[in-house]
Amino acid sequence: MKMNKRSFLAGTAATLALVASGAMAASHAEKLKVGFVYVGPIGDGGWTHEHDKGRQAVEAEFGDAVETVFVESVPEGPDAERVMTQMALGGAKLIFTTSFGYMDPTINVAKKFPDVKFEHATGYKTAPNVGTYSARFYEGRAVQGTIAGRLTKSNVVGYIGSYPIPEVIRGINSAYIHAKKVNPDVTFKIVWAFTWFDPAKEADAAKVLIEQGADVILQHTDSTAPQAAAEAAGNVYTFGQASDMAEFAPKPRVSSIIDNWGPYYIKQTKAVMDGTWVSEMTWDGIGAGMVGIGEITDAVPADVKAEALALKDSIASGAYHPFTGPLKKQDGSDWLAAGETADDGTLAGMNFYVEGIEGSIPQ
Amino acid sequence: MDLSAINPVLLIASLMVAATPILLAGIGELVTERAGVLNLGVEGMMITGAICGFAAAVITGSPLLGFVAAALGGAMLSLLFAFLTQYALANQVASGLALTLFGLGLSALLGQGYVGIKPPATPRIDIPFLTDLPVVGRILFGHDLMVYFGIALVAAVWAFLRYSRAGLILRAVGESHDAAHALGYKVRRVRVLAIMFGGACAGLGGAYVSLIRVPQWTEGMTAGAGWIALALVVFASWKPWRVLLGAYLFGGVTVLQLNLQAAGLAIPVEYLSMSPYLITILVLVIMSADKSRAPAALGRIFHAAQ
Repeated sequence: MKMNKRSFLAGTAATLALVASGAMAASHAEKLKVGFVYVGPIGDGGWTHEHDKGRQAVEAEFGDAVETVFVESVPEGPDAERVMTQMALGGAKLIFTTSFGYMDPTINVAKKFPDVKFEHATGYKTAPNVGTYSARFYEGRAVQGTIAGRLTKSNVVGYIGSYPIPEVIRGINSAYIHAKKVNPDVTFKIVWAFTWFDPAKEADAAKVLIEQGADVILQHTDSTAPQAAAEAAGNVYTFGQASDMAEFAPKPRVSSIIDNWGPYYIKQTKAVMDGTWVSEMTWDGIGAGMVGIGEITDAVPADVKAEALALKDSIASGAYHPFTGPLKKQDGSDWLAAGETADDGTLAGMNFYVEGIEGSIPQ
Repeated sequence: MDLSAINPVLLIASLMVAATPILLAGIGELVTERAGVLNLGVEGMMITGAICGFAAAVITGSPLLGFVAAALGGAMLSLLFAFLTQYALANQVASGLALTLFGLGLSALLGQGYVGIKPPATPRIDIPFLTDLPVVGRILFGHDLMVYFGIALVAAVWAFLRYSRAGLILRAVGESHDAAHALGYKVRRVRVLAIMFGGACAGLGGAYVSLIRVPQWTEGMTAGAGWIALALVVFASWKPWRVLLGAYLFGGVTVLQLNLQAAGLAIPVEYLSMSPYLITILVLVIMSADKSRAPAALGRIFHAAQ
């Protein structure tokens, strides 16, 4: 059970706003209210932190023309529906729900508020007033995989997964494919934390992986705890996740994937203001700037850095797709023929490992 | 699957670390509940202790002072609860929940300037010869002081409750505050002290997370450990050594399941993930099949005039 003071505050605010809007329905100001629902605290240093930077970018861009509200640490499930409902009742006309687990709650609440626009991050369900957006993190994972494959001496790369959803599995596959490409002996040890945010558990997972021989740790959880664990262990490399996590540079953190939501949030807010908003499934990557690669530090040899940057550039320009055949699935069946690239539909619902990864995906 | 990748020595050593936060918070809550007070604010006191300890350790450069500050911070916050429930006679369940919410918010506020800072390292004790013993040395003699402090605290609480006169009074207050009052004991004073002890212990547990186990400050970083500690006290049927057993079981299975995952054990991860909760509850419930029960006055409000 996890509660949050802001959800209570928001509840009170919503009630007050209801009273207020009833009283002054005639004279309500033309100020667009934009809501954000966060899965972690804004100070997590990772995923939610970056979404909140996006929110601040919206405020900076539109100034007095917008008002933003947010609720942090909202559990994925029925509680999320309550929070979204309160936001909509409170007058929000555009609501960003920023975690995969908010998918069904978003769809449910959107049905009740047809004139409120919803944007759900990393999901695959849409409605006339629900659009989705996500970033092609797997492009960044390809760069990380390349660096990881080159850096590891034990040939064991540890990977802290959060939940076995397509987004995370794509990342594992992409990192593995590119690590394997530069280092045929590499193996991945994958631990599922079943949480997005639990620093103690994430630290434990990192320590376990290190104890079992991993000298590069990739994480798909939101806190910086694995970075601290790697730093304490000594000769271990990590990558910033969602946020730059530059406080752990130049080592253990040797690079990072940075989510850059600001431009997208500004664009969609503008669209609602102009009345041009339509439900879309946006999926941008390095090329569009939604996925940033944090500075590759000097702890990485110069030639590896150059190789990683070249890969990044070729992905950004569209010349190279991280999922390019020949690729087989884990069970040995053919997936992509030589030169063939994965289509977005398969990627969006990816539920299999590629050939060579050990272990099974929790179902 | 490659079970040989799991080093049992490291496993046991890390389970002791994983168990210490809930052990500290649990033993504190046990004393509070034995005095007849149900404080559901453990999570809030832990997280407040986590930031107080972290901030003090960063400012002074001394982890020891950090832990002292954490205990003080937790105890201070618990005073708020003590005031509400013992003097304002507010409902304990509601006050405890409010304390958790307040603690989470307060810690986020206090922690604004501490995100991304590294705390001073807490040294492991290093006893010449003993720590160098194979296997046993690393398991028994290679930890930071707080691990031993936690165990010593359990022993002290056990001895206090069982053998000391003060412990007897505390239990009397928890079983029947009216009888204790009639005998001339200061029910309110005993309870306030017990609440403060619980707060100090929860603060220490939180600081253990932020200073040693993780170590860094992140908002909401205790992530539910306080609730585990609360459950632990109930399942341990309010007995100190069972809290120790439960905490080690929970910590042990938590670390073990991560190890098994990394080693590629062919058990579905979902089962591994829920195993710490299941096994701990199962063992403690079976053990509490004897006549043990909750303190009779637990959660009841005391007013001398009634």
